[in-house]
Amino acid sequence: MSFFKKLKEKITGQTETVTEKFKGGLSKTRDSFVGKMNDLVKNYRKVDEEFFEELEEILISADVGVHTVMDLIDDLKDEARTRNIKEAVDIQPVISEKLAELLQKSEEETELNIQEDSLTVILMVGVNGVGKTTTIGKLAHKFKEDGKNVVLAAGDTFRAGAIEQLEVWGERVGVDVIKQQAGSDPAAVMYDAVQAAKSRNADILLCDTAGRLQNKVNLMNELEKVKRVITREIPDAPHEVLLVLDATTGQNAMSQAKTFGKATDVSGIVLTKLDGTAKGGIVLAIRHELDIPVKFVGLGEGMDDLQEFQADQYVHGLFADVLEQAEEAAEN
Amino acid sequence: MAFEGLAERLQGTISKLRGKGKVTETDVKEMMREVRLALLEADVNFKVVKQFISTVKERAIGQEVLKSLTPGQQVIKVVNEELTNLMGGEQSKIAVASKPPTVVMMVGLQGAGKTTTTGKLANHLRKKHNRNPLMVAADIYRPAAIKQLETLGKQLNMPVFSMGDQVSPVEIAKNAMEKAKEDHHDYVLIDTAGRLHVDEELMNELEEIKELTSPDEILLVVDAMTGQDAVNVAESFNERLGITGVVLTKLDGDTRGGAALSIKAVTDTPIKFAGMGEKIDALEAFHPERMASRILGMGDVLTLIEKAQTNVDEEKAKELERKMRSNELTFDDFLEQLEQVKSMGPLDELLNMMPGAGKMKGMKNIQVDDKQLGHIEAIVKSMTKAEKEDPSILNASRRRRIAKGSGTTIQEVNRLIKQFGEMKKMMKQMAGMQGKGKKKGGFKLPFM
Repeated sequence: MSFFKKLKEKITGQTETVTEKFKGGLSKTRDSFVGKMNDLVKNYRKVDEEFFEELEEILISADVGVHTVMDLIDDLKDEARTRNIKEAVDIQPVISEKLAELLQKSEEETELNIQEDSLTVILMVGVNGVGKTTTIGKLAHKFKEDGKNVVLAAGDTFRAGAIEQLEVWGERVGVDVIKQQAGSDPAAVMYDAVQAAKSRNADILLCDTAGRLQNKVNLMNELEKVKRVITREIPDAPHEVLLVLDATTGQNAMSQAKTFGKATDVSGIVLTKLDGTAKGGIVLAIRHELDIPVKFVGLGEGMDDLQEFQADQYVHGLFADVLEQAEEAAEN
Repeated sequence: MAFEGLAERLQGTISKLRGKGKVTETDVKEMMREVRLALLEADVNFKVVKQFISTVKERAIGQEVLKSLTPGQQVIKVVNEELTNLMGGEQSKIAVASKPPTVVMMVGLQGAGKTTTTGKLANHLRKKHNRNPLMVAADIYRPAAIKQLETLGKQLNMPVFSMGDQVSPVEIAKNAMEKAKEDHHDYVLIDTAGRLHVDEELMNELEEIKELTSPDEILLVVDAMTGQDAVNVAESFNERLGITGVVLTKLDGDTRGGAALSIKAVTDTPIKFAGMGEKIDALEAFHPERMASRILGMGDVLTLIEKAQTNVDEEKAKELERKMRSNELTFDDFLEQLEQVKSMGPLDELLNMMPGAGKMKGMKNIQVDDKQLGHIEAIVKSMTKAEKEDPSILNASRRRRIAKGSGTTIQEVNRLIKQFGEMKKMMKQMAGMQGKGKKKGGFKLPFM
């Protein structure tokens, strides 16, 4: 089990709290996903068609996505054949390894592109109800803690109460909110916000936008315009375009990532509401099928439950039980 | 990974299964693989899928294949029937209490669209049912949620009951009930806070509100894009509260909405409304049968199958088939066929219904819309008998006469003649293809 050893070493250097956050936030996923996998190994001693079918179902039930699952299963079948694995117990570490490989695919840049001595503009996009405004509140809190000067732009001028919602967050965190009236042109709000952020010498400008379904062409065009206005004022901005995805979303998440990616050059994904569901699997699908890195994960409702995504921590959070078992086995 | 319609995927399998009298086990097995994938891709819960597939298998194997169908189509027919069954046959309406006010509680996860739906429902009740609802802002947790409902109320010019976010939701509900009685509201819509179904404390709060207001309707608001977890969400809300109906939101997106099927399967409560847009009036009654074909992604192959079954005259079809094989097709046949096709519904829809029709060479160029159809009819009817039987004699002067006689332009006449030629060519190809395979292939319409 050298793979788990390596993983353990990788994360021991990091603070205990981060590890605990991931472990806690992923407990639901772990219980259902890894728990089921353990049962599977117990129930099927042999690695056969039925075993793989059952495994396929476990993965699909975690919203890993049909395509990713099919690829993964094919991979595992090959592996089982070449390594001549016949016992279910022996294939378990291979499964964990493959999943971890998917998560750690490449040394992707998960850190935000923050400008050292000039304004950094971060644009938040996504469909309705995924938690864009809440995420902005949490991000603002995070930056504020880091001693940054933060300004928020109330770019959701459409949904009733959206501006007020951002204002409440502004008060809570203690940062300014640039707004216009409900119903005004979001691009105009952005223009104002960029000017205000510049004149206040702000470090970070977080831009809220109205939620929109990705198949509404007009609304996607509007979003492009919002982005254009920002770029016109600051040529290399927005420095980050973060797509907010709801972890309870099914296969439509892929369609969202693709369409928003095309319209606004999404640079990273924020996965929210991961704590309440057993569906951490969508992270696997995103990593497998898209080139957009996951940058943040929402692991709880508290202000600091928005965590920078770390593949190692995520894998550890998923396999914490397996890891402990392995350690026990080694000690005996 | 754009969703391939199931129709496209099944093409291969269906065409393999031509001309057999009975649906065999192998037929079904192959097709069920595709159906299973399609359902999973549509986010139908895998347990529900499993159950569904086994039901269909049982029903389909050994079935007599209807004369006008191929075994593949026969299986699809069973799939659709079962799916519609599962979705629940008919629409259901919102409850009315025998003694007003009727209390409706809106519950669900965060971001599902409860507040927006509350506004839409209030508008719906007033407009469609002539009611006078009171909206109650009981979401004290999300920042500005109360403000959101109040703004909606202002837009609609309808009353919203709120007590700020420092009073407990139970207290708010209690006071709202009194207020509703005082002001003679016949509906009370309680907008509760979004919560995770695993959140004990907040679920208890919902139970308290339920006990206090004894609602006639507890509507679970669910995002149509929800994945596999939809089952757990619906199950736990149902266990705790006993939901009476579901509102499916954001259905105007491009999701297949398999969650609808999962929820229906585990809760056995009807889906009453669908959110179809951001505007306040974008709340529609839910149509189970439409949802069935959306989840399958079959276009309307099914409709086509049903219609073909009933409408096409067997005898005429046989004669037509013979003519096509021998390439004797005349404008008379063309017209007759158009009329038959027309009786099946709007033409462009019909073409869209046919999987793979777009890919067929020649088919793309045949422009059909219903207005044009009238013109085509007029043109053909303005031809002489000789012209109809042998289009090659249609010279410029004849074409001019036809255009005048039918009240169309010479360009239209030219186009039709060209299209007819193309169609004939295509049919010859298709007939050839069929001939090589099994001679007795069930050949009903030239395009099927």
